[in-house]
Amino acid sequence: MSIHDPQAPPEVRRDAATESQTDLSTEIRARHRAYRDGRAGGGVPEETGPVRDFAPYRSSLLRHPTKDLRHADPETVELLAPVFGERDIGPLEADLTAAHGGEPIGERIVVAGRVVDGAGRPVRGQLVEVWQANAGGRYVHKRDQHPAPIDPHFTGVGRTLTDDDGWYRFTTIKPGPYPWKNHVNAWRPAHIHFSLFGTDFTQRTVTQMYFPGDPLFALDPIYQSIRDPRARDRLVAVYDHSLTSHEWSTGYRWDIVLSGTSRTWSEPEDGDE
Amino acid sequence: MSDGTPRLRPTPGQTVGPFFGFALPYDRGHELVDPGTPGAVRLHGRVLDGAGRPVPDALLEIWHADPSGVVVRRTGAMLRDGTFTGWGRAATDREGGFWFRTLEPGPTPSASGPRRPAMIAVAVFARGLTDRLFTRAYLPDDGDPERAAALARDPFLAGLEPERRATLLAAREPDGSLRFDVRLQGEGETVFLDLGQGTPGHAPPEAADDLAHGVVRGVAAGPPPDPLDLPDPGGAVLSGVPSPPSRGVPPRA
Repeated sequence: MSIHDPQAPPEVRRDAATESQTDLSTEIRARHRAYRDGRAGGGVPEETGPVRDFAPYRSSLLRHPTKDLRHADPETVELLAPVFGERDIGPLEADLTAAHGGEPIGERIVVAGRVVDGAGRPVRGQLVEVWQANAGGRYVHKRDQHPAPIDPHFTGVGRTLTDDDGWYRFTTIKPGPYPWKNHVNAWRPAHIHFSLFGTDFTQRTVTQMYFPGDPLFALDPIYQSIRDPRARDRLVAVYDHSLTSHEWSTGYRWDIVLSGTSRTWSEPEDGDE
Repeated sequence: MSDGTPRLRPTPGQTVGPFFGFALPYDRGHELVDPGTPGAVRLHGRVLDGAGRPVPDALLEIWHADPSGVVVRRTGAMLRDGTFTGWGRAATDREGGFWFRTLEPGPTPSASGPRRPAMIAVAVFARGLTDRLFTRAYLPDDGDPERAAALARDPFLAGLEPERRATLLAAREPDGSLRFDVRLQGEGETVFLDLGQGTPGHAPPEAADDLAHGVVRGVAAGPPPDPLDLPDPGGAVLSGVPSPPSRGVPPRA
């Protein structure tokens, strides 16, 4: 359902067509202030992920659970993860610039990093999936009507397996920012979607990697649905010259920690053995 | 109890967004077994929002034991070459509907005490969901006293109010299939799970600071881990755009 869907209820449709970035930024700031004040007062635990109820992201209004998550001890199946192998993916799938009949337009980059669990142990041989817009900010998706060009040499889909030390590596094109319909003149910062499996099912994660210094960060309700600034920083890759290749591509490093479902962080208690 | 290893802050999740349809669904991702496989069952349902309307851009993954209660550890889930892997993925259709063909899991043994009631672990992703959700589809007792007893004595289920508990029980349909609806919000909201494991180690501040910069430095390799938008897989890809490499994710024409 879109905010422009005539079937959408008023609380979703609202004045989406006229809401400005200023309106949205004010809402975002208020929610961040509440978290900051709560942290300063000592009563609010550190958040390590997004809040589910984040109204500035309008699509969340009718889609976020209103009841608290219920604690359950993980069962055997949840303490294990699906297993993927070399036979599940093709050898070229980690290079998004290949196999489409020519060189895609844009800034060729390498994105690489390590996937580890909450104890810092490498997540080995596990599936990593990515998808993204092209250099012009256009997705190969029929519902993306942004009037930017399709690149006939780029689909923006890749897959790979982590190696024995948890490393993944993709070659791709730096995606462009793109407009969306959350409010008037809404733009997403450039990002690459990542889908990740850990060593157990509770670590299953889908997220987005961003590029350093993006001027759209402060304006984006999706990125800002993570209220903790340090947690937001963890989604931003770093430029890494050691991943940059002479006369070929620039490199970005982004490491990933998969440590289960707990959204809030509490310092481990001292004194336990 | 701590194992002395650092506990690193996790990488936050973000919404799967509207445009995963050309990337995550794949050919027969929702068919864990071939048609006609003995014991095959259809698990189906709808994903609904807080107004009771279908969510046409959600993605569900299931993960479960085999009929003997064993969690198989086999590759090949992307190939669907006849190997049962226990894992599947399905995008919802325009009516919010999804279905899987799989084998019904058996009750799994637990370290102590009786077997756990049979269930299917479910992960839910959607545009508008800022992070994924976990839930469980428990198999109905089908009139079997032993299965009824296993469900009745399960401490997690017993701790839920009856009307909330009901949201986790798959229903046996007259045709033998299993029905499991996911209500993201409002009346009959599905119980979603916090599976936090609560056995953290200690996090040295320096490790956390490194992570704030997006890089894990000097993290010792430990022991190997133990074991808008209609994502219509048939039409999500624009014509005239090349297919991904062989075995790539789908564009099915």
